[in-house]
Amino acid sequence: MGMQSIGRPTAPVAANASLSETVSGSKGLQQREDLIFEVGAWDKTGVDLPTPKRNRDRLGGVTRGTDTSLPGLSEPEAVRHYMRLSQKNYAIDLGLFPLGSCTMKHNPRLNEKAARMPGFADIHPMQPQRTIQGALELIDELATWLKTLTGMPAVAMSPKAGAHGELCGMLAIRQALIARGEGETRKRVLVPASAHGTNPATAIQCGFIVDEIKADKRGRVDMAELRGKLETTDDIAGIMLTNPNTCGLFETDIKEIADLIHAAGGYFYCDGANFNAIVGRVRPGDLGVDAMHINLHKTFSTPHGGGGPGSGPTVLSDALAPFAPVPYVVKDEDGFRLVEDIEGEAAQAFGRMVAFHGQMGMFVRALTYMLSHGADGLKQVAEDAVLNANYIQSRLKGVMTPAFDGYCMHEALFSDEFTADGIETIDIAKALIDEGYHPMTMYFPLVVHGAMLIEPTETESKQELDRFCDALASVATKAAAGDASLKGAPHLAPKKRLDETRAARKPILKWTPPEPEAIAAE
Amino acid sequence: MTTYFTEDHEWISVDGDTGTVGITKYAAEQLGDVVFVEVPEAGASFGKGDDMAVVESVKAASDVYAPVGGEITEGNGDLADAPETVNEDPEGKGWFCKIKLADKGELDGLMDAAAYKAYCEGL
Repeated sequence: MGMQSIGRPTAPVAANASLSETVSGSKGLQQREDLIFEVGAWDKTGVDLPTPKRNRDRLGGVTRGTDTSLPGLSEPEAVRHYMRLSQKNYAIDLGLFPLGSCTMKHNPRLNEKAARMPGFADIHPMQPQRTIQGALELIDELATWLKTLTGMPAVAMSPKAGAHGELCGMLAIRQALIARGEGETRKRVLVPASAHGTNPATAIQCGFIVDEIKADKRGRVDMAELRGKLETTDDIAGIMLTNPNTCGLFETDIKEIADLIHAAGGYFYCDGANFNAIVGRVRPGDLGVDAMHINLHKTFSTPHGGGGPGSGPTVLSDALAPFAPVPYVVKDEDGFRLVEDIEGEAAQAFGRMVAFHGQMGMFVRALTYMLSHGADGLKQVAEDAVLNANYIQSRLKGVMTPAFDGYCMHEALFSDEFTADGIETIDIAKALIDEGYHPMTMYFPLVVHGAMLIEPTETESKQELDRFCDALASVATKAAAGDASLKGAPHLAPKKRLDETRAARKPILKWTPPEPEAIAAE
Repeated sequence: MTTYFTEDHEWISVDGDTGTVGITKYAAEQLGDVVFVEVPEAGASFGKGDDMAVVESVKAASDVYAPVGGEITEGNGDLADAPETVNEDPEGKGWFCKIKLADKGELDGLMDAAAYKAYCEGL
C-alpha cells in the first residue's frame, strides 16, 4: 500500500466531558480577553520610530517627565484585542435582536453601497452649493417621501437622533406659543405613564412642566383622566404621545385625543419611534398630529445601536411649519439651495440645531430603502412587522402572560405573572443569553409588572421566529416551574452575571495598575 | 404620631405640624435594589402631588410625590452615600425628608396602615 498509513482518528472518542475550566480562561474558540491596559506593557510597541537627531526641547521645560500610562502593544496584539472584543458582541448581523422599542432591523447592504458612492461619500458640507446639487436633491426627495408617508406639509431634516427630533418638535411648539403671546402662560405638557423616558426629559429641557396621564386597563391613555385634566387646567401647551404606544398597542382614541388637545389650545406631539408599525397604512397627519420625529435608524433601516449615528427628521403641521429650524433645502429656478439664515422666508424659525444639515449618510441609506421597497413594499414592512410580533405573542401566550388582551402591533409585551416565586424577569433575560440571543427589553414600559417587550421586526423569517420562540418558551417553562438554575444564568457567556447593584452603587470608573509589589511577588 | 400612606406608595409620619416622608416597604421591594436617591433640600416648597424626590433602582427611575404640600425642613443626606438604606429600612432610617405641613387638612384623603395594607393586597 503506497498511501500514508499513519493517520489520525476522524471520529470523536469518549472523553471527560466534565472538563470545563481551562488554564487560559478561554472556552474553546471563545477567547478570554483582558482590558487593553492589561494586555499592554510599557516595553512593547507597535511602531518603530527613529530617534530624532536633534531632540531639542521646545516646550520651555514643561515636557512630561513621567510615564504616559498608555499601554504598549504590538500591531497583532492590538488587532487581536479588538477582534476578540468584536466576537463577544451581539449584532443584528448575528441573529434576531428582540429588543422592544428599539426596532433592531436588518440594515440592507444595498443602502451601504449607495452611501459609499463617491458623489455622496466624498463631498463636504462647506462645498459651494452649485457643486452638490445631487446631494441637495436627495435631501429634498427624502423630505418629499417623509411628508407623503406622514401626510404632513413640512419636515425639518436636520435633527440627528430621535430625542433630538423630539427637541425640534417641542421647540417648534414653544416658538408657536411664544408667537401667540402664550409662551409664559401655557407650560403644561401631558405625557402618558408608558412614554419613552426621553419625552418628559425633552419637555423639561424646553422649559415645560410635565403632567403624567395614567394608562387604563387596556394599556391606552385613560380618557377620563385626560378629560379631567383638560377641564381643570388652562395652561395646556400640548401632549406627547407615542403611537403605537410603548405597550405595542394602537392608541384607538388618538383622533379624539388630538381634537381635545386642539380644543384646549395645545399642540399634539407624536413620538414617531414606532412609525415602523404603521408606515404606508396610517398617515399621522390624518390623526391630527402637529409634530412627529421619524427615526430613520428604526423605520427606514439605517444602522444604529453602535452601528451608526441616528437621524430624526421631524415632520410639522401647517401650524408649526413656519417655526422649523434652519437650514432646510428649497428648490427654485436655479436649482436646489439651503436656507441658512433666520430672515426672509425663515424669519420665524426657532433657530438652528446642527452645524450643517443633518446626517447625510443616513439620508442616502433611508432613501435607498424607500426606493428599493417602493410604496407597496413599505406598506408590507409594517404589515410583516405586526404579523411577526403577533406570531410571537400567539406562540408564547401559552407559557407566558401577555400584558394586555387582544392583538398587538409591532411588539409583544408580557408581564412576569407566569413566573414562580423568586424567579424574575431578569433571570429570564439572562437565560436567553445562554440560548444565544440578546435579551428582550425588560422592566419597560413601567406600567407593566416585570415587563418583557419583544420586537422581532419584519426582518425575521418564520423559521427564525420559531427558533427564538422555542428557546424563550423553554426558558419561560423553567421560570414557571421555579427552576433555580435560572438565577445563575448566563452559565455559558464569557462573563457570569454581573452585580448590577454594586456596579451602580460603587462604580469603578478608572483602571488602576496593580501595585509593583504584587507584580514582583507573582 | 400617626402614619399615613398614599396610593403612590409614599408614607408620612406626622408629629404636630411636621411630617417625615419616605417610600413604603412595598415600594422598596417592587423597585428592587435602590442605587440612587435624590432628596429635596431644606427650604424647598411643594404642593401636594408634586415631584419631590427621585429614587433609582437597577430596574427603573421613579419620581416620589409629595403626600402633602409644605416646606422641607430637612432632607436625609445620608441616603446619597448609602442608598441601600431605603431597601434595608424603608419606613425607618430610609426616610427621605421632613416637611412642615401647609395644610393638615390634606392628610384627610390619605390611607391609614390597615387601609394601605388592603390596598397593596389588591394590586
